[in-house]
Amino acid sequence: MGRKLIFTFMALVFVVSLAMFSGQALAEEKTQFFGILIYRTGPYAPGGSGFGSGWEDFMTLRNMQGGVNGIKYSWEECETAYNTARGVECYERLKDKMIYVQPFSTGITYALIPRAGKDGMTVHSMGYGRADASDGRVFPHVFTTPTNYWSQNSAKIRFIADRMGGMDKLKGLKIANLFIDVPYGQETKPLLDAMSKKYGFIVRHFPVAPPAIDQKAQWMDIVRRFKPDWVINRNWGVSCTVPLKEAARLGFPRDRILGVWWCGSEEDVLPAGPAGKGYITANFHGVGRDFPIIQQIVDKVYGAMKGNISFTRVGTVYYNRGVFGGIIVEEAMRTAHKKFGVKVLTREEFMWGFENLNITEERIKEIGAEGLCPPVKNSCLDHEGGGPVRFQQWDGEKWVAVGTWVSPMREFVRDRVEASAANYAKEKGITPRKCD
Amino acid sequence: MAFFLEVLFNGLLVGIMYSLVALGFALIYKASDVFNFAQGDMSLFAGLALVGFLTVMPLWLALICTIGVMTILAYGTVFIVFRPLVARPPLILFMAAIGLSFLVQGIGQSIWGTQPKGLFLGIPEITFDIKEVFLNTFDLTFGGVAGVLVVGLVLFFQKTRTGRALRAVADDHEAALSVGIPLLRAWAVTWMIAGIVATVAGVAWGSRLGVQFSLSLIAYKALPVLILGGIDSITGAILAGLVVGAGENLAEVFLGPYVGGGIQTFFPYLLALLFLWFRPYGMFGKEIIERV
Repeated sequence: MGRKLIFTFMALVFVVSLAMFSGQALAEEKTQFFGILIYRTGPYAPGGSGFGSGWEDFMTLRNMQGGVNGIKYSWEECETAYNTARGVECYERLKDKMIYVQPFSTGITYALIPRAGKDGMTVHSMGYGRADASDGRVFPHVFTTPTNYWSQNSAKIRFIADRMGGMDKLKGLKIANLFIDVPYGQETKPLLDAMSKKYGFIVRHFPVAPPAIDQKAQWMDIVRRFKPDWVINRNWGVSCTVPLKEAARLGFPRDRILGVWWCGSEEDVLPAGPAGKGYITANFHGVGRDFPIIQQIVDKVYGAMKGNISFTRVGTVYYNRGVFGGIIVEEAMRTAHKKFGVKVLTREEFMWGFENLNITEERIKEIGAEGLCPPVKNSCLDHEGGGPVRFQQWDGEKWVAVGTWVSPMREFVRDRVEASAANYAKEKGITPRKCD
Repeated sequence: MAFFLEVLFNGLLVGIMYSLVALGFALIYKASDVFNFAQGDMSLFAGLALVGFLTVMPLWLALICTIGVMTILAYGTVFIVFRPLVARPPLILFMAAIGLSFLVQGIGQSIWGTQPKGLFLGIPEITFDIKEVFLNTFDLTFGGVAGVLVVGLVLFFQKTRTGRALRAVADDHEAALSVGIPLLRAWAVTWMIAGIVATVAGVAWGSRLGVQFSLSLIAYKALPVLILGGIDSITGAILAGLVVGAGENLAEVFLGPYVGGGIQTFFPYLLALLFLWFRPYGMFGKEIIERV
């Protein structure tokens, strides 16, 4: 009886020590933590879930391959439901462990810029948020990499000119700017006005109040009274789909509607059915699964049943955007590793890596993302990183790339970015840093 | 003039769609004094159910199954959510309706997911003009469906035994109980009818927007309709829907350019608030006179 008791006691001690040791070993494994502000619920869930899952799948793949220079990723999701207050709450909850935040909402970005500035946190508003945050002198901690809304609109005007037969053909052309009446929608009005003065086209702005589920009045006004040559569709969520249905009813050609890249996903066109065929939108990355990096995710992550979203969504617009976002973050980490050594990075080190990011054509090939993402090069002055735009057209079943990457009007946009950033600095009493 | 008429007619057709949503609110409020905050979510739920059923069965069967699901939802709502709250203050019932709204949304998304889904019923979308006034067959079809639904509801409430019982409950709960009308069963039937109305609204709006979470937001379009028409009036819901639809479209097109546009959403509320100055119970709302 005594011996039995001693054996049982020893076995218990062994099991407990084993559990404690393995727990300690797990805790000691060094990981780079990322807080993911995501929205898997609510009216904008398709965008949030696609982007967040693309990024998570990319990190899962890297962890399966041994991490970034041996440093593995860890992450935690926080549901914002695309609500600014909840986004700020998520940031406050996770910020102690974070070095970087991707707010994935223009509203949350605006709210986080001052807070994150105080915390020394890198804010990455990837193709959204404030366009003037591309000026690194005024916004040292904010990056719009790889592009911003103003670059996009200048590329749209270039695309229209190309379709019409040259920049000189823009004169007298009528363009309707249909936008959701929130700061995100209003962001491009001044740029379009400035461009209309320069190139002689006529632009009229048509605001739609959110949630913009009915746009009959605007479309009757656009098609029957204004009679434009082109319409810019700058909406979000369900309000991206409504214009396609209304345009079809009024007989306006869909290949004369140019959507913002937040109105250019499968989720925006599928509910419109045949009415979406021919619709063109901007984008800043490739779509589909025909890229080696996406194939690796399919084979390794989904092959091991470790995917973070329904398999059918792998390769869609929002998913690939999340993968591209993951690539940018990882390359910033690698850049910082070269300078500071391979380790778990601090906020300052990571921000340095982000600012000195240089994803070349060769590196893109190595990653297996050729055609998925364009080259990106940041600097102290330029937090945009290149700003090329790609156009895609819905053929009724899938997005098809139209032509190659279109360069925005860099000088025209940069002048306005700097002027707007200078105004912001003046308003907030910020002294812009010097970039040599 | 032709353009004005075009905006007017198209506004009226949109207004009928608002009426469809407002009808559900009015029916439930009339019978049970509950302001059903979940009406928009019920439309979303019906739309999601229909699209789900359509993947495995033909349209007619999917519609029957959807109505079945909405009936279960109605009975569940009355007997699980509202039964314990009988004779509680209206504010408590309203709070329960808010809870129900989030519950219905959550269940719907858990079962059918959050991805937008197309709903194509095969209704032709042909635009034609009558003396340069452009109209669309899709809008006219749903205008007709709404008309048939309203006539059906009026006949049901006026000519059938159950309808008369429901009107009695709506007029005075206690008096209805004293003559042997079962209150909970009457509520359940009313919620079931509201569920059918929500299905029609969900199908109509789902065909326009796709079936997605935003479908629940159509409830906000019904609020000015209810203020204007009277919260407990079926006739009011129909007429006010037409006024709101036409009013917001005319205002956006003809007043909007002078004030920067984007007035479509708040204009109906402005209209409704102005109307309240003269008729606090709306166009057809029941005036409540209480002894002090």
